[in-house]
Amino acid sequence: MKWPAMGYARVDSLDGLWRALDAAGPEAQILAGGQSLLATLSFRLSEPSGLIDITRIASLKGIGVTEAALRIGALTRHADLARDPLVARHAPLLAQAAPLIAHPAIRNRGTIGGSLALADPAAELPACVVALGATIVLASRSGERRVAASDFFKGLFTTDLEPGEIVVAVEVPVATAASRQTIVEVTRRSGDYAMAGLAAVLSIQADGGVADCRLVFFGVGSGAEIAQAASAALIGQQLSDASIAAAKAALADDLDPPSDLHGGPELKRHLAGVLLARALRPFLARSEQAA
Amino acid sequence: MNRRIDVSLTVNGEKVSRSVDTRTHLIDFLRSELGLTGAHTACEHGVCGACTVRVDGDAVRGCLVMAASLDGAVVETIEGLSDTGEIRDLQAAFVARNASQCGYCTPGMLVSAADILKHAPNASRDDIREHISGNYCRCTGYQAIVDAIDDVLKARRESEAA
Repeated sequence: MKWPAMGYARVDSLDGLWRALDAAGPEAQILAGGQSLLATLSFRLSEPSGLIDITRIASLKGIGVTEAALRIGALTRHADLARDPLVARHAPLLAQAAPLIAHPAIRNRGTIGGSLALADPAAELPACVVALGATIVLASRSGERRVAASDFFKGLFTTDLEPGEIVVAVEVPVATAASRQTIVEVTRRSGDYAMAGLAAVLSIQADGGVADCRLVFFGVGSGAEIAQAASAALIGQQLSDASIAAAKAALADDLDPPSDLHGGPELKRHLAGVLLARALRPFLARSEQAA
Repeated sequence: MNRRIDVSLTVNGEKVSRSVDTRTHLIDFLRSELGLTGAHTACEHGVCGACTVRVDGDAVRGCLVMAASLDGAVVETIEGLSDTGEIRDLQAAFVARNASQCGYCTPGMLVSAADILKHAPNASRDDIREHISGNYCRCTGYQAIVDAIDDVLKARRESEAA
């Protein structure tokens, strides 16, 4: 249906944003790409008093490498993630994730900052930034604050963002030669939200030993779900069919999926196990893959 | 905050200035204010693709773009793409392959397909299917649509090589 009546203001700087937020009051919301927010207006799932358009704030744009991190501005669109050479080199997980998000026309508007701030439990990017051990950079009138991605997400559509605070950037530790990054998901139709998905970031030494591993599921809980037990089952082991099987078994301790439109907990658990093997097998030594 | 916003933008090469209600999405603006009825209003929540148009060169869902946010933007609709001749071969292929049945999805489908021609000239049939997966055809005429797009990609590749 048509959107509700609401106000609109556009700001072109963070100072302008703080003033606009003061003037608009607590019922106003921030408009970035709008690809989820504007759809919720159509469903009347949200009725903000007004929208404050931040899409022209230059300081929220751009991708660059600083020291050991890739800094991605909050207004970076999914389409940019998919084709930016710095992202492909330093955070390949995000480049792989972007084409899985909705459809091309939506990826041309939707932003990483918007996706993280919304914290949809079935969205790819929250799981990716947790798997990457990224830092979310937040700003408010009182200055900047940095939060580990794993502390930023608090549950279903809930984050650490305070009123009057926005996501300004994401900082991702750059990939090393030992990094292995992948994202896999199961959807009913291309572009749909995932029935279940997995973002995996591993560090694998030359001898095949897993030095570090972060497996983060989405679409199977209230947000980005870190599979601690499954990750622990792999760390310090050789990556092999046996260690992958052990990680799969450990998932029982990690996930407690709720039922949703797609099915019950057992279906989700099954899919999580399938995805775990699908994600990790390509990282096996060639001889094992052939077996 | 204001509930009406003054915007000046370029639509199909022409400058337009209007005062728009903030509730108005780009497609209602194009259809009701400018009489450009090519892009269709359908699901109005970003799922079906019937409202696909271009903003600043990129294909977007017109129903998920606020008209009030478009001051300074460059918008192209199926009317504009038809006039410039950019997709004349694609439109001819849609006719030849009977890729337009009831026609409701066709303008959005053409704008999405134009995106493939522009950005992925070597797209395979699978790539085409993936790319248009966000454009629904409720006549389910996908086979013919993929055929048409595939024909044009091949023809353009051949003329490029010649």
